Amino acid sequence: VRLTQRFYLAEIVEGIVITSGHFFRNMGKHIAHALGRRDARGAVTIQYPEERRPYSPRLRSLHRLVRREDGSPRCVACMMCETVCPAHCIYIVATEHPNPEIEKMPERFDIDLGKCVFCGYCVEACPEDAIRMDTGILEFSSYSRRGMIYTRDVLLSLEPVGADGRPASPVPIPASRTV
Amino acid sequence: VILDVGIVFGRVFFVIMFVLNLGGLLGWVERKQSAIMQDRIGANRASILGFRVMGLFHPIADAIKLLTKEDFRPARADRFLFTLAPFVSVFFGLVAFASIPFGDTLRLAGREIPLQAITLNVGVLYVFAMLSLGVYGVMMAGWASANNYALLGGQRAAALMISSEIAIGASIVGVIMIYGSLNMQDIVRGQGQLLFGWLPAWGIVTQPLAFILFLTAGIAATKRAPFDTPEGESEIIGYFVEYSGMTTALFLGGWQVPWLVADGFHFPGGAIVALPHLAVVLLQVGAFVVKVSVMIFVMMLVRWTLPRFRYDQAMRLGWLGLFPLSILNIVLTGAALLLFGGRPS
Repeated sequence: VRLTQRFYLAEIVEGIVITSGHFFRNMGKHIAHALGRRDARGAVTIQYPEERRPYSPRLRSLHRLVRREDGSPRCVACMMCETVCPAHCIYIVATEHPNPEIEKMPERFDIDLGKCVFCGYCVEACPEDAIRMDTGILEFSSYSRRGMIYTRDVLLSLEPVGADGRPASPVPIPASRTV
Repeated sequence: VILDVGIVFGRVFFVIMFVLNLGGLLGWVERKQSAIMQDRIGANRASILGFRVMGLFHPIADAIKLLTKEDFRPARADRFLFTLAPFVSVFFGLVAFASIPFGDTLRLAGREIPLQAITLNVGVLYVFAMLSLGVYGVMMAGWASANNYALLGGQRAAALMISSEIAIGASIVGVIMIYGSLNMQDIVRGQGQLLFGWLPAWGIVTQPLAFILFLTAGIAATKRAPFDTPEGESEIIGYFVEYSGMTTALFLGGWQVPWLVADGFHFPGGAIVALPHLAVVLLQVGAFVVKVSVMIFVMMLVRWTLPRFRYDQAMRLGWLGLFPLSILNIVLTGAALLLFGGRPS
């Protein structure tokens, strides 16, 4: 231990020079900002609900089901995603598609987001590119476990994240929510 | 006679309002200053009718929250002491301000009004006596909760206060020797003089070592970081653990108020300029407020710069560092007075 460190006082002064340097530099920027210099930022804080940091395009966010041109789900209820899902959070019931060219479609397609681990395997496994995790929606929550189950029509209604990085759809309220 | 009573009442009222309101405001200052030091913004969401005013409403929001919270009392706690403890610490924290002078004598309509809640000729002793009594509140709190961790916290607080108050008392002796009085108003007046014709004879000039010792010990006595071993968030939860609601607010006020004394004490009084009497008094009061503010800024700077001392380190600093140095300061002051002859006053 150096002598100055043992004495401590010099080290205190050194530390205070650093912290007060931050204080006065940031204070100057805050004042400049208040006086109209909008580019002067005295803090690194992102004011979250109003401001968002840009997300990576690879971000795995809330799932959505891709629609065909007639609005029916692109999903053919092949059960690949349900099979691959390590959390067993997908539940599919198949039914006939009205179009005879298409074999099946899901009558029910429930995702229990309370169980989902956001691994993205369902997206990888899908042979029809019918499920994607590109809504950019992260703020889903519920007072009950039931409320975390998102059903087919809610998932079908979602849009991919906008070019500005903000979610294009509002945070959906699933039909299963009872509160 | 009624007027005299009214004047006394007014003096006391001024001091109490000053201390209490500053205490509330300091919570905001502390949050904002620490935020700016750490490249953050700080609490800014409390709003009244959409107005946020840089988070100034947060102290009000905190007060409402603390007042409306459940006043939890542990089952085995000593009810009397548990309730009494926060009042004891706040009471002694507040009455200690009574003899702090915030200006010279005000002359209005043939009356002489000392700008000080109580004029005491042993003001220095009074302040330290009241501050030392404040530790009883902390010890009571630690004991009354019937909780081992709270007891440990209270004991640490008591040990810390004793070890630092020895240094406070010993370092102030040098000031008393220089200005030759125990009356705080006299000490302040003595500091209005000049050394070598230009240097104001402030305490920091005549007693630089005592100033540093007093500041360090003063921070330790308030139990704020880096001396917050009684709380020691990461080690023990401390005596705050079972104080909720209003009692917490009182306790927070309890340690915010005392170090104000340490500030206002070392830098009181002001310059004398040829101005109307009222302006002089106003300037003195203003200078007092500015000096207190500067010292608060410095103490918060220290609090947000330094990591916490370990308990044994704080003890070693108090007993083996501050205490011997303050004794040395007494010796040096005595020698200087002997060599250079007499006091500046």
